[in-house]
Amino acid sequence: MSALLAMIHRDLLLVMRRKSEVLTALFFFIVVTSLFPLGIGADPALLRKIAPGVIWVAALLSTLLGLHRMFAADDADGTLEQIVLSPQPLVLLITGKIIAHWIVCGLPLVILAPIIGIQFDLDLSSLLVLMATLLLGTPVLSLLGSIGAALTLGVRGGSVLMSLLILPLYIPVLIFGAGAVYASSVGLDSSGYFSLLGALLILALAFVPWVSAAAIKIAIE
Amino acid sequence: MPKPLMTATLSLISSQSSQALEARGLSCVRGDKVLFTGLSFQIASGDCLHVRGENGVGKTSLLRLLTGLSKAEAGAVLWNGLPISAEPSAFHRELLFLGHRDALKEELSVLENLQMYAALDDVQLPLEKAFAALRRFGLRGRENLPVHFLSAGQKRRVLMARMLTRQARLWILDEPFNALDINAVAELESLIAEHLAAGGLLVLTSHQSINLPELKVLDL
Repeated sequence: MSALLAMIHRDLLLVMRRKSEVLTALFFFIVVTSLFPLGIGADPALLRKIAPGVIWVAALLSTLLGLHRMFAADDADGTLEQIVLSPQPLVLLITGKIIAHWIVCGLPLVILAPIIGIQFDLDLSSLLVLMATLLLGTPVLSLLGSIGAALTLGVRGGSVLMSLLILPLYIPVLIFGAGAVYASSVGLDSSGYFSLLGALLILALAFVPWVSAAAIKIAIE
Repeated sequence: MPKPLMTATLSLISSQSSQALEARGLSCVRGDKVLFTGLSFQIASGDCLHVRGENGVGKTSLLRLLTGLSKAEAGAVLWNGLPISAEPSAFHRELLFLGHRDALKEELSVLENLQMYAALDDVQLPLEKAFAALRRFGLRGRENLPVHFLSAGQKRRVLMARMLTRQARLWILDEPFNALDINAVAELESLIAEHLAAGGLLVLTSHQSINLPELKVLDL
């Protein structure tokens, strides 16, 4: 457990020292979601309708922006080897890195979502549903993304390949996440979507760290 | 009154029992080139193995095989008679591997790097112990400086502080004498001598000749 916390602490500290990469992804999210209302014009009904999709797609893409750095930076300076050679379980350390990535790239989206949602004229209950779906969905994005980041480690042009690998896996999260918000905004029950998102999160939590750990071991061989 | 300085010396949590690293019939193939086949050796507590050879002959590959980072084409590496893949975490607890890259985080300070590795390696590192180690290698006063600002030789000195505080039995060092000035070379040699005297094992590669008694040499 202390290994997990140490890893999270280390990664957050590194991010604090190099803020630009995180802020790029965050600004991307804000700018893209703000451009849509500006471009489409003031039609509240239309904005309400496209809001879930636009915000979720922007969340997906902004997660992708910094994803390749998740392991590549540690691989470049040799730290990843030291992590693999640590007496602590590698799966735990990788989980720590994924959690740190979510705190940096996922959590801000959850917090920003209501402000973004206001631009699309979403009502309070839809805003809450949007936040809740992002809260359940963004960890899945970080988890699945770690597989892509690990598999494309050391590959030239890896980030393009990674997007191709990972975006199809993100589709279920997008469908259920945006679906829940849409259902709630037209007054339907959205609990089914939440169950599915929760199931995705639990499944990803249970399997992904092992997959990523195995991929990293292969990558640094 | 200045506080008495804590001296930094190497301490292994030692049960004085002898440890042994054995390579049995190792083969290494890179691409379609066979680097070496049927390589066997054994070293025990207090032994230092100097792996020599020309560039590209497979020294680093051999070291990586010994750490378990890569798998041998044939043969096995045994730690105390057990294959290292049998209990990797027990083996990794005894192992310190320093490759040709520094593995230091440039954005973090010298002290933060040491503390990060202490947490990662699961060793206790009280602040005064870390300071003592840094003082020994001439980095006291620079502990809060980001590693980014250090010279190549100073980075190697940070690594020496890590070697001192790591409490590992088996050191595997790839070119540890690179980028060191004459004083640092002497300091590293005395650190290695302490490690061996405390019952440690060492495998290293180096293009320089090393001043150590009872040096075993393996020519690839």
